[in-house]
Amino acid sequence: MSLQPQELEYLSKKIGRKLSDTELHIVAAEWSEHCSYKSSKKHLKMLPTSGPRVIHEKGYDSGVLDVGDGYVVTVHIESHNHPSAVEPYGGAATGVGGVIRDILSAGTRPIALLDGLRFGDIEKDTHAKWLFKNAVSGIADYGNCLGIPTIGGEVEFDKCYSNYALVDVASIGFGKKENLIKNHADTGDVVVLMGGSTGRDGIGGSQFASDSLETEDRSAVQIPDPFIEKLIIEATLEARNEGCIKAIKDLGGGGLSCAISETADALGIGIELDVNNVHLREQDMKPAEIMTSESQERMLIITDKKRLERLQQICKRFRVSCSVIGKVTGDKMMRVTDNKSVLASMPAEVVANAPLLDRPSKRPAYLDDLKKKKEPRPATNLSKTLLKLLACPNIASKIWVYGQYDHEVGIRTVIKPGVDSSVLRLDNGKYLAAKIDGNPKHCYIDPKQGAIGCFEEACRNVVCTGATPIGMVDHLQFGNPENPEIFWTFLESLKGITEFSKYHNIPCVGGKVSLYNETPQGPIKPTPLIGVLGLIDKTPLKPQKIGQGDILVIIGKTRDELGGSEYYEYIHGFIGGTCPQVVFAESKKNMDAVLHLIQNEMVKAVHDCSKGGLAVAASEIAMTHDIGCSVSMENVPQEKMAVDKVLFSESHSRYLLVVEKSHLNSVIDYLKGDGVEFALIGKFGGRNIEFLQNKKSVSKLRVDKAHDKWFNSLKELVLHG
Amino acid sequence: MKVGVVVFPGSNCDRDMFHVLKDVFKLDVSYFWHEDKLPKDLDAVVLPGGFSYGDRLRAGVIAAHSPVIADIKKMADKGLPVLGVCNGFQILVESGLLPGVLLKNTSLNFMCRWTELIVENNKTPFTRQFKLKQRIPIPIANGEGRYYVDKATLATLKKNNQIVFRYSENINDSIFAIAGICNKAGNVVGMMPHPERAVEADINPKDTRPSNMIFESLIATVGARR
Repeated sequence: MSLQPQELEYLSKKIGRKLSDTELHIVAAEWSEHCSYKSSKKHLKMLPTSGPRVIHEKGYDSGVLDVGDGYVVTVHIESHNHPSAVEPYGGAATGVGGVIRDILSAGTRPIALLDGLRFGDIEKDTHAKWLFKNAVSGIADYGNCLGIPTIGGEVEFDKCYSNYALVDVASIGFGKKENLIKNHADTGDVVVLMGGSTGRDGIGGSQFASDSLETEDRSAVQIPDPFIEKLIIEATLEARNEGCIKAIKDLGGGGLSCAISETADALGIGIELDVNNVHLREQDMKPAEIMTSESQERMLIITDKKRLERLQQICKRFRVSCSVIGKVTGDKMMRVTDNKSVLASMPAEVVANAPLLDRPSKRPAYLDDLKKKKEPRPATNLSKTLLKLLACPNIASKIWVYGQYDHEVGIRTVIKPGVDSSVLRLDNGKYLAAKIDGNPKHCYIDPKQGAIGCFEEACRNVVCTGATPIGMVDHLQFGNPENPEIFWTFLESLKGITEFSKYHNIPCVGGKVSLYNETPQGPIKPTPLIGVLGLIDKTPLKPQKIGQGDILVIIGKTRDELGGSEYYEYIHGFIGGTCPQVVFAESKKNMDAVLHLIQNEMVKAVHDCSKGGLAVAASEIAMTHDIGCSVSMENVPQEKMAVDKVLFSESHSRYLLVVEKSHLNSVIDYLKGDGVEFALIGKFGGRNIEFLQNKKSVSKLRVDKAHDKWFNSLKELVLHG
Repeated sequence: MKVGVVVFPGSNCDRDMFHVLKDVFKLDVSYFWHEDKLPKDLDAVVLPGGFSYGDRLRAGVIAAHSPVIADIKKMADKGLPVLGVCNGFQILVESGLLPGVLLKNTSLNFMCRWTELIVENNKTPFTRQFKLKQRIPIPIANGEGRYYVDKATLATLKKNNQIVFRYSENINDSIFAIAGICNKAGNVVGMMPHPERAVEADINPKDTRPSNMIFESLIATVGARR
């Protein structure tokens, strides 16, 4: 159990007596870092969480955004890092299951999944490869079985995740505003546990997740059963339609302890439950085990006595178990009984609200060391360098991954995975773009600028489809918060995200903090992850055929900021330098300009510059459309610098546009009038991707050869490497 | 014309199929739960894709023992059109309405991608509007989609004109690149690809016309029969 001496003291003072064994277990589960956010809660308040589209309701586990015409979109993000690190298949699968139930508990149908995956260096580390393959299978098998399309995400490999895995899953839901469940309950209502049976899997999971990973405690990992989850989804939505649900919450970290105490606290009610009523998978489970088991695929539902029978009928039809485990009381107490004997009786508010901590923070010493390091000399053969980058696991096509996900089920996926951002159609004729991004390499060098960059990149990705960002979810993943240097990186990231969110008026509608991401080898790099939702009123920018003579235009300035770039780290093995910084005003101006051009159908394609810089971004357009491209580097708006830096700098706020000749003048006029920094830098045609500096070729690759490398290298590495 | 969409526990393309039949082709369509009786006046029935019973044991095998299968057999015997898509195809095979088996893909992975079919039989209720050898751009999404029969059965299938669709590129090593077959009478058709994902221009990056013709063929068949 993970309760600290001062927490025990605080607890006895609050309750006014010594706690029973069951009570201690309940509180330990709920007060784990994973459930209580005791290190982060104070600081998370800085994030802006409201806006004209945001709908707040007590007890929601997902963010709700009004998308007009009586419809809402819900979104949530979660991680399942520790479980995935020891049991990648089950860990990743149950990560999917958990976040889906958060969407369901708002009364919306889950319509999409995105996942962010991070592992060690799969080129050298066979264990990382094993983790990667199995995590992908776990996500695929779970999401596919449910019929929820996995429409995107990202995969990244970095040595800092050796013997570890970050598995982040975001889910999006959709529904009618009138069908949102407005959580409420009255004294005398019944409390129902619906879904899978409770077993010994996942006991202490939230506490396991709140500690550095030093042992492989597989019993703390839950067992996935997507089939039951699918039945729960259908049964819950039918029960919602029939008005059988007054309040609902999914069971995740902390199991019943957490669901009961948080529901009671949020709704201002008391809940009394008898452990004998919980349907079990295993015999002779102790009350404390029943209360803290994190067995998956379970929902807590509060209904009234009148509608209980209908709820039971629906569950019976779907063969989903449903037990009346307790009742709503008026005394705001969380009470657990075993027949007549009372095992736990505590104010729900005390259980649900761990005493918050004010952790010290200190700027890490390593940042000064990084500053002193001398930046590497330019690569000599830039053609070879570019080809190597295209095959680098962080840049290469992720078709091996998303090809295993059913990304089309639900018939909403208008733009499929593999481009900047996927796009879903909604029932009101609008479209939704969604993307998650992270960049631990940048964040390691500058946690604040790195986090802002992740946010900007996710925005850029949705903007490339013609979508205006309307909401954000963040997921902050760091090492041990008791280390002031690590806590400082957490705070810096949070500050950065807050500033950007406020500037662009993109509210934070949900998030997660995952701390203690450490192995005996040390902490992970700071890994904030940002998911952005964008709304398209009319029509998204769909892929169009790029032809001979189409023009390549760049928007945004390229700067000498290669710190944390793939070029420095993958090609030169160099960690250091200055990481890219977002200039807020420039970010806004460029974003607005791109949206204007797309909405007025002035461009054929838009792609953002990110990992691998301009060279990789231009190559990706050429490879995807199977056409050559010739780019003049001296035209690129830039701080004067060596050509390798112009090619590979990962400066933010940059977009590549493909413009048809006939539209060129109007594009130029618009961008000039708007004061956007831009230039015509290339032309499509031929069979080569060529970069020129003052008419001299600096890099030249054949499109088909480059495509082959980029498209197949990750698959080859997984299957044969 | 009344069409039924059968829903098994775990079906997950049922709503997609329902939407296409109702909203795109304006048919009178109803869901039937796997324990329901099918009404006598039903003109056609579709078994949609998904993971019936979570694909436990083997895809489609548990659903093949559902109560509704008896009614589907009756409809099939009467010569009414029956279409099984993906998991629906697997259920038709497991219930003995169609020959053969669907094995795990050779990659052992789920595959979701676009491919192209060639129409090999344009006499079925779902293909009568096609020209022979016409091509259909269409997506697949399955983990157990590799069609297999022994040599003797393959010869029978060929002889009886039971091969309805073949892949233009044999993406999953199915025997004879088979993507869809029919029963001897031709009224029961099973196919691995998902036509319901290809009939609306918004989500089809290629050409919606050929996939539309699968459903238009059905409408023409039932219309002609009445």
